[in-house]
Amino acid sequence: MSIAAGRAPVLEVSDLNVTFGSGTDAVRAVRGVDYSIAPGEVLGIVGESGSGKSVTSLAVMGLLPDDARVSGSVRLHGQELIGRRDKEMTRLRGKAISMVFQDPLSALTPVYTVGDQIAEAVRIHQDVSRDKAARRAVELLDLVGIPSPEQRARAFPHEFSGGMRQRAMIAMAIANDPDVIICDEPTTALDVTIQAQVLEVLKTAQTETGAGIVMITHDLGVVAGFVDRVLVMYAGRPVEKGLVDDVYYRPRMPYTMGLLGSIPRLDTGDREPLVPIEGNPPSMSALPPGCPFEPRCPLSIPECEAGEPPLIPVPGEGHSAACIRTQTIENRGLTPRDVFKAGPAGAVARGDRAGRPTVLMVDRLVKHYPLMKGAVFKRRVGTVHAVDGVSFDIREGETLGLVGESGSGKTTTLMEILRLAPPQSGRVVVLGRDTAKLGRNDRMAIRRDMQVVFQDPLASLDPRLTVQDILAEPLTTHGLEVGSRVRELLGLVGLDASFASRYPQEFSGGQRQRIGIARALALEPRLIVLDEPVSALDVSIQAGVINLLESLKIRLGLSYLFVAHDLAVVRHIAERVAVMYLGWIAEIGAVRDVYDTPAHPYTQSLLSAIPLPDPRKERERRRILLEGDLPSPADPPRGCRFHTRCPKFKSLPEAQRALCVDQEPELRPLGGDQAAACHYAERLEVV
Amino acid sequence: MGMPEEQLGEELIKEESAPRASSRGRLVARRFLRTKQGVTGLIVLALLFVLAFAGPALTDWSYTDKDFMSFLQPPSARHWFGTSQTGQDIYAVTLRGMQKSLIIGLLVAIISTAVAAIVGSFAGYFLGWTDRMLMWVVDLLLVLPSFLIIAIMSPLFRGGNWPLFVLMLAAFMWMVTSRIMRSMTISIKEREFIAAARFMGVSAPKIIFRHVIPNLASLLIVDATINVSAAILTETSLSYFGFGVQPPDVSLGTLIADGTRSATTAPWTFFFATGLLIITVLAVNLVGDGLRDAFDPTARRPGKARS
Repeated sequence: MSIAAGRAPVLEVSDLNVTFGSGTDAVRAVRGVDYSIAPGEVLGIVGESGSGKSVTSLAVMGLLPDDARVSGSVRLHGQELIGRRDKEMTRLRGKAISMVFQDPLSALTPVYTVGDQIAEAVRIHQDVSRDKAARRAVELLDLVGIPSPEQRARAFPHEFSGGMRQRAMIAMAIANDPDVIICDEPTTALDVTIQAQVLEVLKTAQTETGAGIVMITHDLGVVAGFVDRVLVMYAGRPVEKGLVDDVYYRPRMPYTMGLLGSIPRLDTGDREPLVPIEGNPPSMSALPPGCPFEPRCPLSIPECEAGEPPLIPVPGEGHSAACIRTQTIENRGLTPRDVFKAGPAGAVARGDRAGRPTVLMVDRLVKHYPLMKGAVFKRRVGTVHAVDGVSFDIREGETLGLVGESGSGKTTTLMEILRLAPPQSGRVVVLGRDTAKLGRNDRMAIRRDMQVVFQDPLASLDPRLTVQDILAEPLTTHGLEVGSRVRELLGLVGLDASFASRYPQEFSGGQRQRIGIARALALEPRLIVLDEPVSALDVSIQAGVINLLESLKIRLGLSYLFVAHDLAVVRHIAERVAVMYLGWIAEIGAVRDVYDTPAHPYTQSLLSAIPLPDPRKERERRRILLEGDLPSPADPPRGCRFHTRCPKFKSLPEAQRALCVDQEPELRPLGGDQAAACHYAERLEVV
Repeated sequence: MGMPEEQLGEELIKEESAPRASSRGRLVARRFLRTKQGVTGLIVLALLFVLAFAGPALTDWSYTDKDFMSFLQPPSARHWFGTSQTGQDIYAVTLRGMQKSLIIGLLVAIISTAVAAIVGSFAGYFLGWTDRMLMWVVDLLLVLPSFLIIAIMSPLFRGGNWPLFVLMLAAFMWMVTSRIMRSMTISIKEREFIAAARFMGVSAPKIIFRHVIPNLASLLIVDATINVSAAILTETSLSYFGFGVQPPDVSLGTLIADGTRSATTAPWTFFFATGLLIITVLAVNLVGDGLRDAFDPTARRPGKARS
């Protein structure tokens, strides 16, 4: 960890400023960023969207558009980079500094093979023959863990899965043995199990090249076990920096405390409330004169408005925080929970589960899509088994979390429920009514009792309607009086009644999601289906929305079907959880049982792949890494669907493996409220 | 689609006067009135209508009169826009022609754009059989020789039967737009707010009129403004060949057709008709621009309209 100490830094950034535009519209995206990296060191830059973290790295790479004004100094091996001509920078980019982007699909050219693109990266900076470059490309693909690299090098980017594309990007980044690798949210677009794989590859890449890595992310969990030092950014400025343990265990800037407190954690006890940061980040074109965090800070005092505090040293090696109240925090030993007002504690539904009425029952639901081929004469060439026999039920006042990676069929399940039409096979019973036997009027009545909140709050609100019209729509559709209901609804979700005459575009992400929730509440439903309601939001905002959902549930006696890919969020909101894999349920049960002692090997690896925002635990954790990607749902494996990637299957003796390959496991109860679909289910603690 | 919103707006005004929430109709109107070009276009268009319908009262000459004292005379106090070869007063004739052209142009544009919007969005929203039937009609109309059909039907337009002419023009103008509407509907149908409305229990026609069409309004408005000029020009060219507006009625088209023969020697015979045609088309385009900005909440120019 302290390998960095005493070595000359490879990259030094000091007083970096970036401004877009001019005059009153000028956006000061980056204001005075300082950092340095030694060879082999990993620096994490953490911040929410709009905090200037990506602009900082683009400025270092010299990739900003011409209208951006950059000042300050960026030195690579002591040589100044700012002010160099593009031609000179081109020689450094990809050789001395390389970059891994967030979206690996748009970072690769679709018309060239992956091998050619990596070979091209080699040949730009090294004088080698075509054959040698191609061989090097295969070597690199092998290094980043792509199976059968000779063949895969001849594949095109669209034939790669997301995780494999990101591996190819890393291969390209390390092709010329760079001194610094800048990773801009390299795992944000990936599923957790793939994220764990990619982080492993990045570690390999680092040991291989000995480069310094700048890891930019919004996820405090990802960086916890991976970086040596952390720089927290807010409103374009570094507000706290230091060794990872100092920042995580002894944060001294209230913003860092807020960020740490608002992350839903997998390892804290059941359903503890989250601590949201109130308000929204400031607009970068009209910053207040004082500390930019002052309007949202519970510790603010009048002096905070006087001027922006500089980074002042606090105890700990290289630890500093931009706050005038660090002394108070230090002396009183404040924790995030003391500083920020915590939300309501998770409510556990009253009474015995079996005694409460069932609001939603799904029984062996099946949804297959035909796979068609041909433009003029379409013919069926296969079947996509999107949902293949899913069963679960939700009792009144309960939240069921439906989790799974992309492609697991959770959204299809949801749409099948919401359609209220007879399913291809199996049964869906909503509020005691079988959807196969519904008449027109019955369906309308159920629509009133079952509402939905979507993932993308902007896409789910009609941009051409005002908030007033959006919230009035469910009421008028069901022939109800609008009256003052819109104002009530806005109040219920914590928004101002005067917002009614604005358009959705004028709101921030968190506010928009609150409007979406208000619309779902308009008809006083009994069941709300939530499709990834917080995954598009920043953590500090996300915590507020989760707490809102929690308190609404208690106040209005709602039941939730909560679909998410983030298991930590589900732990905070749900009582029960169902883990989906390739169209079927791998494990289902009470949150406490499933999270503490998962029994299905898939649940185990899924849980172990989720990073914890706790550096010490993270470094000691043993991960169960899954190999490869999710198989195609058009051709699911025979027998147990998970056996192709199952770590347990690999450890079994040959004789016992036959069962996994031949027979599809049924969900078997394991005592308590927990059932797993595995022939060899065995409870294991992984978090 | 307008009605429930208006009622809703009314109700709100009654019930809560303090923080008044605006309904869409109101908000669009307010935003439209803030666009400079929209208001300019609207004023010019209004003036043109006033001129076309009230203007003839200012002169003693009627469009059927012939002044046998002056043939092909330049503008004077007696004949404000001059006279034609047959002694017609150009002012009276031009205004009479403009009445027809304005009405034909606007009606054709509105009808054809409305048909395009409805056919395209229904086909795109429902797909399946609805789509196949509607698109079959579209393809059929696209391959029919519209000019020829209108030419053959032209005797029917005689005797003040111009509404039929309007319908025929509109019938051959909507197909391409409806195909664009269809494909845009298919893509907008995937958006979550449409799914949200569907899961709320909103009926399909209501979703189309309330969510699909307003979100494609910019396309439709641009299309409608182009159609106004296209309709006037089609009418002009048909009338030029004698298939459009039938004598004794006149339109800007027939006037321009007559005027072109003496354009170099007596420019006033067609100068006024052409000028008014250009001003009309320009004003319609300005109104279209203003409407597009007013409908689109993301447009910056009109400023933020709030209560």
